[in-house]
Amino acid sequence: MSETDAAWIDAALTSARPQAVGALLRYFRDLDTAEEAFQNACLRALRSWPQNGPPRDPAAWLIMVGRNAAIDEARRGRKQQPLPEDDRAISDLGDAEDEIAERLDGSHYRDDILRLMFICCHPDLPPTQQIALALRIVSGLSVKQIARAFLVGEAAMEQRITRAKARVADANVPFETPGAVERSERLAAVAAMIYLIFNEGYSASGDTADMRKPLSEEAIRLARLLLRLFPSEPEIMGLTALLLLQHARADARFDADGALILLDDQDRTLWNQKLIAEGLALIDKAMRHRRSGSYQIQAAIAALHARAARPEDTDWQQIDLLYGALELVQPSPVVTLNRAVAASKVRGAQAALDMIEPLAPRLVNYFHFFGVRGAFLMQLGRNEEARVAFDRAIALANTSAEAAHIRMHLDRLMRDSEPPGKKAGK
Amino acid sequence: MLYAILCYHDEDFVGSWSKEQDAAVMKKLAVVQEKLTREGRLGPVARLLPTTAATTLRKENPPLVLDGPYAETKEQLLGFYLIDCKNLDEALDVAKDLGAANPGGAYEIRPVGTFVPGGALK
Repeated sequence: MSETDAAWIDAALTSARPQAVGALLRYFRDLDTAEEAFQNACLRALRSWPQNGPPRDPAAWLIMVGRNAAIDEARRGRKQQPLPEDDRAISDLGDAEDEIAERLDGSHYRDDILRLMFICCHPDLPPTQQIALALRIVSGLSVKQIARAFLVGEAAMEQRITRAKARVADANVPFETPGAVERSERLAAVAAMIYLIFNEGYSASGDTADMRKPLSEEAIRLARLLLRLFPSEPEIMGLTALLLLQHARADARFDADGALILLDDQDRTLWNQKLIAEGLALIDKAMRHRRSGSYQIQAAIAALHARAARPEDTDWQQIDLLYGALELVQPSPVVTLNRAVAASKVRGAQAALDMIEPLAPRLVNYFHFFGVRGAFLMQLGRNEEARVAFDRAIALANTSAEAAHIRMHLDRLMRDSEPPGKKAGK
Repeated sequence: MLYAILCYHDEDFVGSWSKEQDAAVMKKLAVVQEKLTREGRLGPVARLLPTTAATTLRKENPPLVLDGPYAETKEQLLGFYLIDCKNLDEALDVAKDLGAANPGGAYEIRPVGTFVPGGALK
């Protein structure tokens, strides 16, 4: 990879994108104009950089060139003149580039990127549209790439993004520098959106995991970017740590047939130790602030799993306590259900079953509820009731991998309840 | 003479490499490192985790702990090499070899005053 390689230029354009589009958006106050200006600047970069060498500050170059190109275009639009081939003027920005770079180093940079991300989290947009929009606008993935990751057709994705854009265009997100409260609200919304992007990749089934993995990786890149902008926010440390620790297990989560492998059964030597180290370092940093939050608690739980060399080394007692803390911060039946799994390891299946029975009315359509309930019943030897729970879980499974996993439990139940003679004959 | 080669690069940019691009760069750097190892000139090498994982302690009284790297710069300290070279020209040659394998950013070549090899770490 040399400095003028297509791959090098590609990486430079990708990393400069959030800052450049964010600044152009502040300047033009219109998403389409900002995006077009950036595209225009990228095209010019592809022509100019291989010949003249890359600029010292690619983002500043792209902002300046994009801005000038858009202004020229607007002027030309009025006069209906053809576009002249004049790249000389922009290939040597010299002092101007330094000057604009200096201005960018200030506070604008941070709020520009945050605003750009925040626009994608408009509350009127359903989560899938938020994610698609963020991947298109902030990450700069092509519609084709996004469609592939979402497992839908390109035309459908194009339409989804166009619709989302139209909606945020009417949203009137203010362009003034946000106050502290406003900024922290934006930060929380953006963090939630990044988590959604990650989950979109993480919740993929085995047969689609490879196609969807880039979503998880992109979410990590965005989380690190956000943390660089807000280096002292413990919840952003927690979010980044959570994503890193979960993603560290990616290579161990599916077997050769694409079936889900649960935590207890994963080959832990396949866990990515570098990602784990980074995740643990971030949790350490976050804890010092003593401002707990749901991402930090979830990351701490993931860290306890990551620290256990073998499943039996897992500190379930601590995990049980952390889920207890999470229940306080973010009460939800799903959190209680997860806590019950930890509780079953500490206090036994009966205690865990007692914990989840009151959740039944609220989780009546939730796959995991019946999977977990079936597992507890099975541990208690109540096989008939376990079978009913597992059947219900299969009926509610979202992916074939989930259903296959429950079927495995069922098979085990069948085997165990068959007379010994028949089993030997198999 | 021992020289430290301090590696500075835009970490957003390095973070935008695909896994394949990253692996390709590491592979090319390994070739340079192997050559130095054969010549008995390679000391400790480290690639640092992102600056988001960094914490800074300002040695005030009382000490002040800050999140993030010491200096907010456009390019960040991402790693370092310790190499044994006869003189600056030789150290620059090594840096040029490393730079050819991993272009972009900058290397600071800094002679080492005191070196404690430690030895407890493997």
